Amino acid sequence: MMAGLLKSREAILAAALIALVLLVESRFSGFAAPGNLASVFNDTAILMILALGQMLVILTRCIDLSLASNLALTGMATAMVNAAMPGIPVPLLIAMAIGMGLVMGAFNGILVWKLDIPPIVVTLGTLTIYRGLIFILSGGQWINSHEMSAAYKGLPRFEILGLPVMAWVAVAIILGFIVLVTRTSLGRAFYAVGGNPHAAVYTGIDVGRTRFTAFTIAGGLAGLCGYLWVARYAVAYTDVAEGFELDVVAACVIGGISIAGGIGTVGGAVLGALFLGTIKNALPVAGISPFWQMAISGAAIIIAVAFNARGERTKGRVILKSAEHAS
Amino acid sequence: MQQNTQSAAVEPVSERDPVLRLSGISKSFPGVKALSDVELALYPGQVTALVGENGAGKSTLVKILTGIYQPDGGEIVIDGSPTRFPTANDAAEAGVTAIHQETVLFDELSVAENIFLGHAPRGRFGLVDWPRMNREASEILKRIGARIDPKVVLRELGIANKHLVAIARALSIEARVVVMDEPTASLSQTEIEELYDLVERLKGEGKAILFISHKFDEVFRIADRYTVFRDGEMVDAGLISETSENALVEKMVGRSVDTIFPQRQSQPGEEVLRVEGYAHPTEFADISFSLRRGEILGFYGLVGAGRSEFMQALFGVTRPSGGSVQIEGRAAEIRSPADAIHQGIVYVPEDRGRQGAITAMPIFQNVTLPSLGRTSKRGFVRMAEEFKLAREYTQRLELRAAALDQPVGELSGGNQQKVVIAKWLATKPKVIILDEPTKGIDVGSKAAVHEFMAELAREGLSVIMVSSEIPEILGMSDRVVVMREGRMVGEYPKDDLSPEALVRAAAGYGEEAA
Repeated sequence: MMAGLLKSREAILAAALIALVLLVESRFSGFAAPGNLASVFNDTAILMILALGQMLVILTRCIDLSLASNLALTGMATAMVNAAMPGIPVPLLIAMAIGMGLVMGAFNGILVWKLDIPPIVVTLGTLTIYRGLIFILSGGQWINSHEMSAAYKGLPRFEILGLPVMAWVAVAIILGFIVLVTRTSLGRAFYAVGGNPHAAVYTGIDVGRTRFTAFTIAGGLAGLCGYLWVARYAVAYTDVAEGFELDVVAACVIGGISIAGGIGTVGGAVLGALFLGTIKNALPVAGISPFWQMAISGAAIIIAVAFNARGERTKGRVILKSAEHAS
Repeated sequence: MQQNTQSAAVEPVSERDPVLRLSGISKSFPGVKALSDVELALYPGQVTALVGENGAGKSTLVKILTGIYQPDGGEIVIDGSPTRFPTANDAAEAGVTAIHQETVLFDELSVAENIFLGHAPRGRFGLVDWPRMNREASEILKRIGARIDPKVVLRELGIANKHLVAIARALSIEARVVVMDEPTASLSQTEIEELYDLVERLKGEGKAILFISHKFDEVFRIADRYTVFRDGEMVDAGLISETSENALVEKMVGRSVDTIFPQRQSQPGEEVLRVEGYAHPTEFADISFSLRRGEILGFYGLVGAGRSEFMQALFGVTRPSGGSVQIEGRAAEIRSPADAIHQGIVYVPEDRGRQGAITAMPIFQNVTLPSLGRTSKRGFVRMAEEFKLAREYTQRLELRAAALDQPVGELSGGNQQKVVIAKWLATKPKVIILDEPTKGIDVGSKAAVHEFMAELAREGLSVIMVSSEIPEILGMSDRVVVMREGRMVGEYPKDDLSPEALVRAAAGYGEEAA
């Protein structure tokens, strides 16, 4: 019954997303055209990827607020290397971005695991540290489009079968996550750790190590997104993606991933990100002022949370015999 | 209600009249009748024991008495005049107070604040009068014989002292009726003795006490009267002096119970587990014993004797500082629960709610969680294998569920427990450690657990049973290890068991046991 509810929650979110698209289409014809939808998907790719990383962390009853800073720092680092040594092949830079992200994620994870510091405190700290490192690294300088190599900037935009590489990367990660979360013992461990950490210990799951793994994976994805972001927008500076960590958390929350841990699906995280991305794309089209855009995005988050809270409300114990038979 | 109490003061009630009488009380919830037409009378200066199996309606009755539930029918009569408790506050004002099973207190507040929360004495400008509050708190604590500083933060007290604070809180309201809902469930033997003294003192002060308990020895020890509930009905009431333990059990379960414990012919096989000199810096030292196939080894001791702590170390949750473990003759190193499970040791903890099932997860995933190594291949889970394993063990335990992919949270408590046990049996363990397997469950369910334990032993599983209940230890164990203050103080074969010897060893009176 609860699984049905979760599924229906995703169905409702998908329906809301379609309704939103049709609403915008009714006022501004062309929004729902396949080409435009593909570009909305592409615009939302980074949000989706980060939301999936964040989902793993939230599933284990933690939170990572440092993802956007991690993204900005790796983005800046790859851009600086590219500007200084344009000869270094892009795949190597991507590997470097992922590696840096992994290290930063693992650093969060180690602090949570070995020092037992609450995740919100750890990542609030590293949010500032990683952001500060960008300034130290770049001296506050911007890396502009003309300093980057064409290959560096071109890869995310390169189109295969009508979709840019960036969108394909998101698709690949979504598919990988479905396998990870539903088909591996590690995926099972994320749910167990968040669902009931005490019980997880007694079933032989190392709670700290599982959380560490979640942080590390999320960090690696943030590193990858660092390259994608800077290459796509062709600019790197200290304030890149500032505040984006909250959009990522919001996408997870809209997607029905329980902040209390142990509940959430890949589909939910992706739909949550798309919903938020569509709003952010549609509102400027509709000519709504940026301040109203913020208010509307915020309202969407609260409505989604209120809706999820209703779904998650503990239904109490089944004591009555009749209820047990009925279930 | 104010008028009621005043009129009561004008015409004093005689000793023989009850302070509080419930008549014809009924309460239904959708689909079930929790209480039907029950009667209960509480007399000043007397303890009335309320006994009944889980689900007999005792908790519902307590909630009606304390104004949390409203009865559908019947009346509550105080000092001869009918009254109603629309809110918990009205019940408190009428002098009815309850001490709950799990104390409802605040760890970060001081003892005095806990006692007076909600009715703190006020000084000028309506601010809390701290000196007076602390003074009054220390008077109440003195009255119940508790040596607790009212200014201390509750967090720093042990469980027994927290109970005393809960009792002090109950008394801070001018209570005339005190409801005690299984007050001894988490207390050690000495603390229980102190509680009995307290009950005597409250009797002396003329309070009417309703004492809810699963333990017959304490009912016979302190109660003057009894009332038996079964399936929401009152089946009997009378004087304790005119009944017997057997008669009460019979009325409670509605059938006669000759042998509470399963008869079993145990023939322990070869040695499965040997522990030598297990030690921990602060919790226990020098634990050595061996366990044979098909044997049930009881671990007896007072609460806090270090039994659970030792078991957690044996299971790899905490690290011992010394000692060795041999499993089937081979040295084994257990550094984590995963190691222990791998070596064939599983631990069913005492706190099954918190440490047992993962309620948001489907049944089959809960069952296979510790066995994922077997149901998966190179880190990928194979659902068909999982369902097979889960089906096998849940069927064996006769789990009642709509489907195996139903979340465990939707099952009843008993069925959730079956999922937890299925989970452990599915790991095909050699040794199963059951920590207080029947704590807080009713007589009927207890017998089922005991029967199941005996069956496991018959099938060749070695069982370590940690229990604080003497009858259970005597009835189930082939051999008993007694622990006191973190050390083993004795080991007794079945034929050599006597309740006196066990209690003496556990409490440390008289000569030291071998």
